[in-house]
Amino acid sequence: MTEILNPENKLEEINHEKLLRKVLVMKNNGMRLAQMCSAFVDGKYELSYSFADDETYELQTLRVIVEPDTAIPSITEIYPYAFFYENEINELFGVNVKFINNDYHKKLYRIDVEAPFAKKEDK
Amino acid sequence: MGKRSVVPFGPQHPVLPEPIHLDLVIEDEKIIEAIPSIGFVHRGLESLVDKKNYKEMMYIVERTCGICSFMHGMAYCEAVEDVMDVEVPDRGKYLRTIWSELSRMHSHLLWLGLLADGFGFESLFYQCWRLRESVLDVLELTTGGRCIFSVNKIGGVLKDLDDDMIKAILEAVSKVEVELEAIKKTFLFDYSVESRLKGVGVLTKQQAHDLGCAGPFARGSGLKLDMRLRGYDAYKDLDFEPIVSEDGDGYARCYVRTMEIFQSIDLIRQAISKLPKGDIAVDVKGNPNGEAFVRVEQPRGEAVYYVKGNGTLFLDRMRVRTPTFANLPGLVETLKGAQFADVPLLILAIDPCISCTER
Repeated sequence: MTEILNPENKLEEINHEKLLRKVLVMKNNGMRLAQMCSAFVDGKYELSYSFADDETYELQTLRVIVEPDTAIPSITEIYPYAFFYENEINELFGVNVKFINNDYHKKLYRIDVEAPFAKKEDK
Repeated sequence: MGKRSVVPFGPQHPVLPEPIHLDLVIEDEKIIEAIPSIGFVHRGLESLVDKKNYKEMMYIVERTCGICSFMHGMAYCEAVEDVMDVEVPDRGKYLRTIWSELSRMHSHLLWLGLLADGFGFESLFYQCWRLRESVLDVLELTTGGRCIFSVNKIGGVLKDLDDDMIKAILEAVSKVEVELEAIKKTFLFDYSVESRLKGVGVLTKQQAHDLGCAGPFARGSGLKLDMRLRGYDAYKDLDFEPIVSEDGDGYARCYVRTMEIFQSIDLIRQAISKLPKGDIAVDVKGNPNGEAFVRVEQPRGEAVYYVKGNGTLFLDRMRVRTPTFANLPGLVETLKGAQFADVPLLILAIDPCISCTER
């Protein structure tokens, strides 16, 4: 019978100043960046960085909660392919991501509305 | 060193059913760099959580893509069920598994046809799509729909299989198995096919890992990465091993997808032989309050669903990370150093689904 690997997903909330250090630890542990996403809750951005261990199938998520005007450092120096995710959250939510390698300058999606996924009353 | 120039590829191109654009920096006929652009048909489906309640969102997510529609709906339901602590009855889980594998079969047959068309083997293209019709017919018979069949619900599934339907599924997969054996010989052993695929667009195991690749694209590079190993739905009770090839070229991706159709047939037979009796769904009361990440193995690879509820009918956030979104960086890498004439095949080789990517 197939060996089933289904560990619990883990979520850790961290300060955005610790983000790069924590992401580097993930990289050094051989974790794959599985996804990044943003949510707009109670007037703040909730950023989720999910890392997958492809040996154990564990999914660890780092959660960063920031005010709308806070700048977030890009993780593309550590995970180069994060540029798609970072351009996406920048363009759809208006999250201020600094120093993205391969910054599309809000041209990833060809949309006319600025930050369409940010809540209307908060725009 | 030849003169460098930039050739735009797409968004409209005969080999692309959906729009994606690449700026190809070429030197003579060799690709030096590829810069992708997407966003021509972005629909903003995720933002509809503001307007559609969490049950209505099921029908929105199913329309993310016409090929892996069922698995989008299923993954969304499983994320909401995770938040609401809902346990789907075993028969519902098995039915989801059977429809998932039928979806994988028709998706891979569609891709094999597109690949054949891409290297100019039109009769092979017709054979693959003719065979795919058998799977679509049985999906229509069992669900009422051929591509978007809306049989998922939060708490289980909406339709059950009777004995005649089970017999029809078994007959259909047996027919596909016999005919695919013949087609397989052409895909895997024909000289002209091998000459277009072998050694083309090589991505090593390390590169596939470092670029976050998923699905058959990653498995074709030797990564044993298959979300079904998480054991969701009935997979925990079924016997299978991910199909992997070490070569990392176009041929390896073709081999993995071809063999995965046979694997799906085996999984369907196993699931039917173990199909438990009982309810297919449970009633769900209340609203989701909390969050969950769920990962499933779609035909193109790992899809990540994130749901965050606030105790009301409307979710705070629903997010889908589709496999094509994860595979674009890998595609860009395979294009580097390739010949210009191989670009259409290399794009096809990741089985791109732009409507998924442009949720």
